[in-house]
Amino acid sequence: MRILIPGAAGAIASAVVVHLKEAGHEVVGIDRRPWPAAPVEFHQVDVRKRAAEDVFRRVRPQAVVHMATVSALTMGGEERHQINLGGTRAVFDYARAYGVEHCIFIGRHTFYGAGPDSALFHTEDEPPLELNRFPELADLVAADLYAATALWRFPEIATTVLRICYTLGPSGHGTLCNFLRGKRVPTVFGFDPLFQFLHDDDVVHAIALTLEKRPRGVYNVAGPQPLPLARLIREAGRGAVPLPELILAGMLGRFGMPKLPAGALNHLKYPVVVDARAFRELTGFEHKRDEIATIRAYREAFPTPF
Amino acid sequence: MRLDLEVRDAIERLELPFNSLGVDPYGISKSQLRFWFTAVGAFYRYYFSVRTRGVEHIPHRGRAMLVGNHSGGIAIDAAMVVVSCMFEMNPPRLAQGMAEKFINRVPFMSQWASRTGNLMGLPKHAERLLEDDRLLMVFPEGARGTAKLFKERYSLVDFGTGFMRLALKTKTPIVPFVVLGGGEAFPTVSNAYKLGRLFGVPYVPVTAYGLPLPIPAKMEIQYGPPVFYSGTGNEDDGVVLGYVAEVKRQIAGMLEDGARRRRGEPQAVGQGQP
Repeated sequence: MRILIPGAAGAIASAVVVHLKEAGHEVVGIDRRPWPAAPVEFHQVDVRKRAAEDVFRRVRPQAVVHMATVSALTMGGEERHQINLGGTRAVFDYARAYGVEHCIFIGRHTFYGAGPDSALFHTEDEPPLELNRFPELADLVAADLYAATALWRFPEIATTVLRICYTLGPSGHGTLCNFLRGKRVPTVFGFDPLFQFLHDDDVVHAIALTLEKRPRGVYNVAGPQPLPLARLIREAGRGAVPLPELILAGMLGRFGMPKLPAGALNHLKYPVVVDARAFRELTGFEHKRDEIATIRAYREAFPTPF
Repeated sequence: MRLDLEVRDAIERLELPFNSLGVDPYGISKSQLRFWFTAVGAFYRYYFSVRTRGVEHIPHRGRAMLVGNHSGGIAIDAAMVVVSCMFEMNPPRLAQGMAEKFINRVPFMSQWASRTGNLMGLPKHAERLLEDDRLLMVFPEGARGTAKLFKERYSLVDFGTGFMRLALKTKTPIVPFVVLGGGEAFPTVSNAYKLGRLFGVPYVPVTAYGLPLPIPAKMEIQYGPPVFYSGTGNEDDGVVLGYVAEVKRQIAGMLEDGARRRRGEPQAVGQGQP
């Protein structure tokens, strides 16, 4: 199969590229970041630019895995918005124009938001919550919902929106890995939410399975059972530093912490846990690393700093 | 220490899918259960000297819904019911309550509730737990039940219908129970609703002696034979209300019997026709 991957230079995306290539697929990568040692045909172009459309026109991919969205909250809001929404629009427009059969949008489980009223085990039919308290997430939520409109706008394309839980593992990529990087990890005093995470390799495996099975629709992707944050921190060989919420809120934007609204702390107070049964039933996905092996893999790659 | 070992043993025998860290998929943690049951178990045995009858009516395995009266100001009755399932059943079972929504916002309470299996009271949570064949504890009177005053302790307020629709939908047997003595243990003379709002809780119960703490009144828990209603959960209100009234009547009857048995004849028992 000819597969085009926007955002291919990312940590998880590059692992997807390698995996698909080894599985015998013809893979082409696009990214605005460089990837000097790319093992496949790679174009350093911005997906929103004309040059990216040229790649679509020339390659005529059968499947597209859109991984060129960013969650980096340190990035300016306008730029992030442009990349996430402008980029997603461009990918789907090109996909339709150049006869793509299957388009996968890689989204995040934080779509559902964290708040005191949110349920455990979100199902795909639930709307996002708490956006008003954490507007920085809005462009990713909008991109997720926009991607899903392709299901009715372009019925000829099999569209899959995956809402994948946090990744954890040797790649060290992603929000959770970054959060756990230091020797001491701040938590909110009196709160210990459940965290759900998936090993890098299992994320790659889930995406490969999606390409194979072509399920239409929106699916949560998760594997092992969630763990309480304090437990996760301890198992990762770090120390939790519980701080009163007011102090943590005051630290945002200082001491190297990103400047975030206080609503972002909800993600350290309340769980975002998804129900991934639909995806498992449809694709037969099973995680290969359980929660303990996943943490161990992260810990081995990133030992406790001194 | 002896109690701690018993608690440890009971928790080890729980048939819940704990992982090797002792955490189940809902975040219930063995170590937190040990801590909690050691503390609240001492209350069960020595402070309220709880006497439990009819524990054989609770199914050993599979989904079931414990449905009973609420009383006792700060839901001590709920804690005692949970302990009775842990201590008196063999193998023990963890009864999981539905926590009031405000609990999630309160530091430590939020953490405690989720580590001990008391998920936030959402229909979705209840349904999921039942589908997972858990033991669910339901107080259809809700917070209005714990807010009962001392003089109302053997009465019932209106029952919600959500539990019945859920039982019908998930084909869950209902085990009725009554807790006697919750009202004596926590003799509420008044509820301070405005003060409660200040703390983010529904109300603060005020006792005759001022402190919102329970006194060591003897408590009794009585479980009744399970009842099963077959249906889909989409029945007309009239049908569901009829079933709810039946359950309420059964609970009211058990409450009346129990109250008669106890010293200090209670006042009239609500025969609750909705």
